[in-house]
Amino acid sequence: MFRKEKLNQIKEERNDWENNDYSDAIKNHPERKSRFENLSGTEIKSIYTPEDIANLDYNDDVGFPGVYPFLRGVYPTMYRGRLWTMRQFAGFGSAEETNERYKYLLEHGETGLSVAFDYPTLYGHDTDHPLARGEFGKCGVAISSLKDMEILFSGIPVDNVTTSMTINGPAAIVWAMYIANAENRGISNDVIGGTIQNDILKEYIAQKSYIFPPEPSMRLIVDTFEYGFKKIPRWNTISISGYHIREAGSTAIQELAFTLGDGLEYVKAAMNRGLEIDKFAPRLSFFFNSHNDFFEEIAKYRAARRIWAKELKKLGAKKSRSLLMRFHTQTAGCSLTAQQPEVNIVRVTMQALAAVLGGTQSLHTNSMDEALALPSEKAVRIALRTQQIIAEESGVTDTIDPLGGSYYVEWLTDKMEEETYRYFDKVERFGGVIPAIEKGFFQREIAESAYRYQREIDENKRVVVGVNDYKMDEELSIPILKMDEKGEKRQIDRLKKLRRDRDQSKFDRGLKRLRKAAEGDENLMPYILDCVHSYATLGETCDVLREVFGEYKEPAIY
Amino acid sequence: MERKIRVLVAKPGLDGHDRGAKVVARALRDAGMEVIYTGLHQTTEMIVETAIQEDVDVIALSLLSGAHMTLFVDVTKLLKKKDMGDVLVIGGGVIPEEDVPVLKKAGVAGVFGPGTPTDDIVDFIEKNVKR
Amino acid sequence: MNGIASKVLEGDPRSVARLITLVENSSSEGFRAMKDVYPHTGGAHVIGVTGVMGSGKSTLISELTREYRNQGLEVGIIAIDPTSPFSGGALLGDRVRMMELATDDGVFIRSMGTRGMLGGLTSAVYDVVEILDASGKDVVIVETVGVGQAEVDVIKIADTTLVILVPDLGDSIQAIKAGIMEIADIYVVNKADKPGVDQTVAEIENLVDISCSNRGRKTPVLTTSAKEGEGIVDLSREIKKHRDYLEMSNEFEAQRRKRYEAELIEIVQKRLMNFIFDESTFKGKVESLIDQISKKEVDPYTAADEILGKILK
Repeated sequence: MFRKEKLNQIKEERNDWENNDYSDAIKNHPERKSRFENLSGTEIKSIYTPEDIANLDYNDDVGFPGVYPFLRGVYPTMYRGRLWTMRQFAGFGSAEETNERYKYLLEHGETGLSVAFDYPTLYGHDTDHPLARGEFGKCGVAISSLKDMEILFSGIPVDNVTTSMTINGPAAIVWAMYIANAENRGISNDVIGGTIQNDILKEYIAQKSYIFPPEPSMRLIVDTFEYGFKKIPRWNTISISGYHIREAGSTAIQELAFTLGDGLEYVKAAMNRGLEIDKFAPRLSFFFNSHNDFFEEIAKYRAARRIWAKELKKLGAKKSRSLLMRFHTQTAGCSLTAQQPEVNIVRVTMQALAAVLGGTQSLHTNSMDEALALPSEKAVRIALRTQQIIAEESGVTDTIDPLGGSYYVEWLTDKMEEETYRYFDKVERFGGVIPAIEKGFFQREIAESAYRYQREIDENKRVVVGVNDYKMDEELSIPILKMDEKGEKRQIDRLKKLRRDRDQSKFDRGLKRLRKAAEGDENLMPYILDCVHSYATLGETCDVLREVFGEYKEPAIY
Repeated sequence: MERKIRVLVAKPGLDGHDRGAKVVARALRDAGMEVIYTGLHQTTEMIVETAIQEDVDVIALSLLSGAHMTLFVDVTKLLKKKDMGDVLVIGGGVIPEEDVPVLKKAGVAGVFGPGTPTDDIVDFIEKNVKR
Repeated sequence: MNGIASKVLEGDPRSVARLITLVENSSSEGFRAMKDVYPHTGGAHVIGVTGVMGSGKSTLISELTREYRNQGLEVGIIAIDPTSPFSGGALLGDRVRMMELATDDGVFIRSMGTRGMLGGLTSAVYDVVEILDASGKDVVIVETVGVGQAEVDVIKIADTTLVILVPDLGDSIQAIKAGIMEIADIYVVNKADKPGVDQTVAEIENLVDISCSNRGRKTPVLTTSAKEGEGIVDLSREIKKHRDYLEMSNEFEAQRRKRYEAELIEIVQKRLMNFIFDESTFKGKVESLIDQISKKEVDPYTAADEILGKILK
């Protein structure tokens, strides 16, 4: 990108600067650290110059937004045309309570819905399952049947607003409930839009809300891909996630490498079934974390787009829509502190800004009280306003990829891409993603990074404001979200009534046919939809699949 | 011969977030303790039975799903029933300040929320272990 | 009879666990109890399980235990993991794979750190085997650390030693040091659902042919898939066959004798070391000798003479 003689001139001047001005400055006043490292352990220099991106070719490597390799953004107009979707993850207690929260958020300007489910639901259990004891509604909404789904979206225009559902093990069934609810309301399959997370590989690696072993889980996922592009065209049938990998303690580079690795695994699985890449690839989406290191996060998103585009091209995708990587971002939950919680607003602001400068398609900003409990109304409103300030008042949305061309950011983008390919090779040597999971490779890498991070904090090598520095003895007075105590009983009664009132023969037939199909290799979605329509519960449907597929047990890695 | 402190690190209920539990387990090992980690999805019975067989001095419970008021208390209740009252029970995770007094009354001697330096946990155990 | 000892003989888990702790910490109360416990031992079949990391030992033991429970037998499991030489602590994680057995009162699982012992075992393991035996367990399984050549001590304590391998070791069977391969009474190739099984079995059988050519019994090579629950019943049968063989060939007594010899040596060694290095009356003398060695005022051999001289007096 730069002429050779110019680069030499720059080099000379830099040497001069380093040996004189910089060197003198250090003599008088040494730098704050002997070595500056970002969160991934990459050494960061004092200054970056054109020399650091000497080999970058603007046309081949950087390009223009909306065009391969999509480094600068996936659409030609980006936020000048349309802002990212403001999509706050929400859910707690019973469907009624969460329905109210959704209406509140929509009223206050959010532009997309995002459903958080409670633990029993995430594991495919009904509220009255013995393992559900104490867990009802605590970290998300309890959805045990189509009835609950009806209540959850009552009064909400699902033909007009898209919904993202964070569900993995039982994703196919919960998706079926959403589809069935829309159908019952007369809204057709080609109108509804949204996303199901449905990324089981990262469950084995990080979030751990798996049910079945890898093989049948992958089968179910490819079933949803197929059903999706054939019947529900506006639906993203997967949100390939790095968020949870990062929350479990990985570095940004690991988040990038492991997520993209998982993504490629899904693509290969679908291709192995004979599905055309240009048919299902446009509906793959991603989900990243936005953590503290501002520039590293921005470089990460840019590198992600470029790597994905390259890899999918290699696999034979031809359509632009197949190559462009769309992603949702959530600011880092694990960076929030319980100490001086208002300060979390500042953290979230910077993390949100990084996501916007990185070109995210949709964004969730955490609330300040989330190290302590689920967000209160006030806290979630401030989180939403944070996005609105960035969108309307900061000016950063007036141009596309404003950090493109920064010597530092372009260098860091390249570096992260390089490190990602190194990880791809490592995983190849294990024989692929699933063998690597079984051997505990990812889990070990993550546990190591998590431990190293904690040591750095314990040894005061890394400052967390309010936690190991700038501490205060404080009386915490943040109002914490309280949930309806009667919610659990209401839910259990509802379940009892549902089991009594439904058409018993329809219910029996549905499950029987699902079991038979699960033992074979037909696409299970139509069978699951039938079960859901017959008001079979989540637990009842999952139990059939549990019997056929078995349950997964994880290896113990520290 | 110096006695080793034996600690059971357990995750009750369905919560799958094990980053903290694993980091604490390692930190305790590095402080010279013998740490038995049960893995995920433990019932109260499994936790207490393990504590009996392993004759642990400490049970460290980790929970981030909000179900601590039920599940931590289930564990302390069963320990009392099995006459294991001399085992030190501590907990960590996402636990609002206002729940801590109730947990302490139920027998959870220390609650270590987000931001707790691991050395604090080590110190607490060394100072409060009963045997 | 000693209080805790009688409770152990009744099979009370709390007392069993407590006594294990006492002997692990070399407490005199523990040893007193052991004197009452010892006469009630000898009934349990002791199975040693060793093998490379990642061979699925713990899962296999879990499945084998389930099979024994199906046969109405009670099982004790000792799972040993390495103690960190730096911190003295240990992460005892084998239990994770056996958690469904946690609430079966016919199964007792104890995790132990090696606490400085080389050889893959811990010095207290003999006592713990005896405690579990006396408490009514029909089978006691000892899972060793099993990472390499040094981990062969298990043969001292086990009646039947299993060496667990996995396929796709390829030519690393040659790489596995001779030590670990020679100690097997039964070879088990686990994870037999993976590719390369037949080749691995063939390689081991080849080794067996060579080494067993002048022995009374040919070491069997079995395949299992602990994950799928396959091959477990055959394994338990093979273990029983080995026991029968030992008893018929009179090797059983010889084997047990080796164990008691090892145990006696262990106890004597421990007592001696405790006496020299932990007894406060002696400790000062030892400390000053070490200082002298550091300053090259005395050599370690002369220092040892002095210590031993004092003891033998």
